[in-house]
Amino acid sequence: MKERLEKAGFAVLTLFVVCLSLLPFLWFLDTSLKTPIDITAIPPAIVPSGSFHFYESAIENYNLLHFVKNSMIVAGASTLITILLSVFAGYALARLRMKYKGIIMGSFLLVSMFPQISIAGPVWKILQSFGWLNTYQGLVLPYVTLTLPLGIWITASFFRELPGELEDAAKIDGCGHVQTLFKVIIPLAAPGVFTAALLVFIYAWNEFFFALLIMTEKSYQTLPVGIALFQGQYTMPWGEIAAASTVATVPLVLLVFLFQRRIVRGLSAGAIKG
Amino acid sequence: MVGLKIENLTKTFGGRKVIDHVSFEVYEGEFCILLGPSGCGKSTVLRLIAGLERQDGGGVYIGDREVSGLTPKERDIAMVFQSYALYPHLNVYENIAFPLKIRKMSRREIEKKVQAAAGLLGIDTMLRRKPKELSGGQRQRVAIGRAIVREPRLFLFDEPLSNLDAKLRSSMRVELAGLHKKLGITTIYVTHDQIEAMTLGQKIVVIDRGVIQQIGTPREVYDKPANLFTASFIGMPSINLIEGRLVKKGEEILFRSDDLEIPVARRDFERYVGGDVTSGIRPESLGPGEGPLAGRLEHIEHLGSETILYVKSGNMRITAKAGADFGGKVGEDISLSVNTMDIHFFLDGKRLDVARGAENDRGARTV
Repeated sequence: MKERLEKAGFAVLTLFVVCLSLLPFLWFLDTSLKTPIDITAIPPAIVPSGSFHFYESAIENYNLLHFVKNSMIVAGASTLITILLSVFAGYALARLRMKYKGIIMGSFLLVSMFPQISIAGPVWKILQSFGWLNTYQGLVLPYVTLTLPLGIWITASFFRELPGELEDAAKIDGCGHVQTLFKVIIPLAAPGVFTAALLVFIYAWNEFFFALLIMTEKSYQTLPVGIALFQGQYTMPWGEIAAASTVATVPLVLLVFLFQRRIVRGLSAGAIKG
Repeated sequence: MVGLKIENLTKTFGGRKVIDHVSFEVYEGEFCILLGPSGCGKSTVLRLIAGLERQDGGGVYIGDREVSGLTPKERDIAMVFQSYALYPHLNVYENIAFPLKIRKMSRREIEKKVQAAAGLLGIDTMLRRKPKELSGGQRQRVAIGRAIVREPRLFLFDEPLSNLDAKLRSSMRVELAGLHKKLGITTIYVTHDQIEAMTLGQKIVVIDRGVIQQIGTPREVYDKPANLFTASFIGMPSINLIEGRLVKKGEEILFRSDDLEIPVARRDFERYVGGDVTSGIRPESLGPGEGPLAGRLEHIEHLGSETILYVKSGNMRITAKAGADFGGKVGEDISLSVNTMDIHFFLDGKRLDVARGAENDRGARTV
């Protein structure tokens, strides 16, 4: 009896927490499927009418797909570059004999802790001198810089977990360092590499501050900035914003669901020896 | 012809000398064992030969080529690891094919060689399986397959059998010996297991604390241990070591320890008379019967084919061997006969009369 009560209590609590964190998402999903009249209805209509009006409007009137494309390019490129660099740096820091490893790892961590506002000015200045304001690379560069510490830390801790004899075996079998990395280390540390890639992608996809600062032209703006600028001086297109927000969220949710297993394995690595 | 030559190899880890001027030679096609307790540096020697570690001094020669500065890839060697070190993401076929693929061999040739190696090891029915679906013994075979498929100049084994259970270990031992006979490739085999060393090795290099203690055939290291370390490390149950002194009684030389007196059957030991020596008597040289050693039976182990006796004699604990039909009981008094020809003497830890032939040893047998 007591056990059953405990279980029920646990379930209720879990449900409550899940609802709490899902509520905003559910609300704008709900809103995005309403008609313009439903939105302002009093009392609010809970069940949407299931109209795609706002999606069509967001695409036609607010150029939503254009922002999606920009976000894809920037987040995709940032992820690719960051992971490529992280894999090399992580391997070197985890496996090669070198001095000052601790200091190097520590300084990476330090970089990731700078408040963004404190580096915003210099970053803007640098990009301006490159002529990279309002270009894709202008946003990719700071994203790579900011996410690299995370990528390196995750990949390095994964590489460190792999048994050293595997690497020795690869060397005996005729691999150089780079071959060992790509033929043995990375396939085995795939969950870690995936986790790192996903976290970097999510960061770049969601990032708002630098995107707002660097992309002042509409044609280069990413989703978060684009959506934020939907509102006009006298208009607040709630429906379109909700629809666009849904579009911005869905890819991430899909990615996480698809790679759920790998990510869980990735985040819990080191807890139990495989 | 020389298969492998190690010259004055030295290696220091963090200020501690783990390998100290190690030199030895292995003939082409020979099966050489590096034997020693864990932490003695034998695995480090192997890794230095493989090129996985860089030596601080000395040289490594494979055939007549110096390889001291070369990478493992350039040394043309193959290695089998204690943990097998199979690539978990590749299946058996891909694991065995891996070194050939890295060397950019053609697909057909790889196929042919992998099939041949797998057939030789009896794993040709499981080529599509992943390592985690295999048993320990099968994994070990795959690891060996990956090593032999390349037909290297040198085989290195790092305690390959120590993760297997006892039964499998002895059958793998026989297979390894057969494999070596078939392939005839120079082999260096690291182990702390003296049975593996005695049964597989043509040459045994005994190492302790980074220093070579003795090099010899299995018979030599067992019958003529060069020092106290080798004597006590090799042999199961281990050798009885008794400290005492050589004295002269009339014409006869005696080994005396407290009230124990054993005649020494070597006239050339005259010059050591008066010296403090340690005598080493293997349990099989001691047996129930009339003799100088007497004591009380403390413990008896019946092993089926033989019986191990633990005897307390004065302050000493002595181990002896008896036949399977031994009928004594714990607590009884027993006297032990000694085969005096099989007693080893050590002065300052080193074997006396190492170099001498056996001509002086003929004469006395059992007393």
